Amino acid sequence: MCINCGCAPTGTASDRHPHDHPHGHGPAGRTLLVETDLLAKNDRLAAGNRALFRQAGVFVLNLVSSPGSGKTTLLERTLREQGGQLRFAVLEGDQQTSRDADRIAATGVPVRQINTGAGCHLDAHMVGHGVETFDLPRTDILMIENVGNLVCPAGFDLGEDHKVAVLSVTEGEDKPLKYPQMFRAATLLLINKTDLLPHLDFDVERCKGYARQVNPRIEILELSCRSGAGLSAWYAWLEAGVREKREASGVRSEERKS
Amino acid sequence: MHELSLTQSLVEIAEEHARRAGATAIRAITLEVGALSGAIPAALEFAFDVCSKGTLAEGAVLTIRHVAGHGQCSACAAEASGHDLTVVCPVCGALAFELDAGLELRVVELEIA
Repeated sequence: MCINCGCAPTGTASDRHPHDHPHGHGPAGRTLLVETDLLAKNDRLAAGNRALFRQAGVFVLNLVSSPGSGKTTLLERTLREQGGQLRFAVLEGDQQTSRDADRIAATGVPVRQINTGAGCHLDAHMVGHGVETFDLPRTDILMIENVGNLVCPAGFDLGEDHKVAVLSVTEGEDKPLKYPQMFRAATLLLINKTDLLPHLDFDVERCKGYARQVNPRIEILELSCRSGAGLSAWYAWLEAGVREKREASGVRSEERKS
Repeated sequence: MHELSLTQSLVEIAEEHARRAGATAIRAITLEVGALSGAIPAALEFAFDVCSKGTLAEGAVLTIRHVAGHGQCSACAAEASGHDLTVVCPVCGALAFELDAGLELRVVELEIA
């Protein structure tokens, strides 16, 4: 059961542990051992989301970056160019407005906007409710565009398969060292807006080196949503992820609901 | 920033455990915060005053135990303090340094009445 609102969205197991151990009810001033991570509840809800996504065989990405790195433009172009082969759904996280969701809706892909208000990140609870209206068994990829913020979203698991960090070349190549939590948590780094490189001092190789200092296993792709350079590698990465997820979920493509 | 939601979780966890134990108040909470966890103790303390209002934890003493960063290199086997989140070994320079402490964000214990 969801503690915030009392609903039972996606989780199968109850979040209360069985009350089979004795508790002392002695005099006042007792010490209780707790040993619980602060993110335990979010992690539990994220595990519920992950189970739901696995059952549906949907590949889920959590797109994270600072504001203005080009996440929404990347999504728009990806949906327009890959929407014929792959079925997408998009969750948009922003503090306010539905401007990004409106841009995605124009591509014809199902989209939900989540406004976090004062909140600086999406959490697993918001995402669990956010996907309720999507037909997940008929979706290949769920893209979650997180709030533009390189700090807070790093610690909050949403139930995604991978975090994808987007870094545009106008931002400075040392971002991975300055905001290491996010680059540690990401599987893939997209270095975006590479069409601007001739006008900048941005050193791509140095940026990659910094990213590998915080995460030696991180995969890195360079692309430009304006020129289209590098997009085919990104699309191939998506396709491979979809295929892998289907196999891991035991859903063969001929069994997929169409 | 996200210290507010972390502190909301802190109060929820504390209340849940205290209620289950039949407590009427929480007098003290001990929290472990790693130096590289990304959470700022002062911000947690500030948020705690706000988040605990009207709960069993109102007025409780929040004690934050700082945990220093520490790790080991799988290339040269050196143990060392961890001062950042890179995997660069401070001894041999290999990209093989793994933290084993410093990322904690954990409620350790409560004192209840």
